[in-house]
Amino acid sequence: MAEKTIAGATVNVNAEGYFENPAQWTKDMAIEMAKDYNITLTDKHFALLDFLRQKHLGGEQLSIRKVGTSGIVDVKEFYQLFPGGPLKISSKLAGIPKPMSCV
Amino acid sequence: MTTQNEQYPLKKVCIICAKGSIEDVYAALVMANGAVMEGLEAKLFFTFFGLDAITKKQINKLHTATVGNPAMRMPGGLPFPTLLGMIPGVEAGVSAMMKSQMEKLDIPTVPEFFEMIVAGGGEIFACKLATDMFKLKKEDLIDDVVDIITVGQFYEMAGGQGTQIIFV
Repeated sequence: MAEKTIAGATVNVNAEGYFENPAQWTKDMAIEMAKDYNITLTDKHFALLDFLRQKHLGGEQLSIRKVGTSGIVDVKEFYQLFPGGPLKISSKLAGIPKPMSCV
Repeated sequence: MTTQNEQYPLKKVCIICAKGSIEDVYAALVMANGAVMEGLEAKLFFTFFGLDAITKKQINKLHTATVGNPAMRMPGGLPFPTLLGMIPGVEAGVSAMMKSQMEKLDIPTVPEFFEMIVAGGGEIFACKLATDMFKLKKEDLIDDVVDIITVGQFYEMAGGQGTQIIFV
């Protein structure tokens, strides 16, 4: 387990930078982490991050398909919001573990 | 190994699907969708019986073989007798059961999978030789198909460092 300072606070992350403890997450951290991916977070991004966090805390396994049926975005918009690996990047920014889904 | 992976990361996969049974088509779809999910470029090329997966009339009627499939089991794990697989309707029943199991695992249907792959920037192609052979035209194929191409055009697409060709 490694420690990383994001937006002025120290959080526990794994070797790939995913949060070990989703409770340590704040919106400011998401904004700062998004800069690494050249993403400026909008309300829609945050609605999705909230959705992912809720589903994760509810014990559900996340998939691109679930996000596509979330009512927030369709699959195409999801790819546009988080280019280059939407589920992985959004999970990282949402402060939840790396998704373990093949679809 | 790790340093090699970092030095030469996978950037593009070109997947050829030459078979039309559910499991073969899904293998190609899962790999293509998995690639776009990872931010990789993905090209899917359908040929021979694989064309069923992108043919409007057949896309929702893909089956799994109940005859000549030694890995086929009854629910519960007993071997599936080949003679049983020959009875009309059995193949359709087994195929329907497979599809319902996949639905339970949140695995998309074939048309939905194509939608997801295309949404992620993946591209679908059909083989010219096989479409000629099966007398299929562009309009017989699903709208997600970008073009009917030759093997030469396929190889042109497969250029670039970090590209892999996968044959299903």
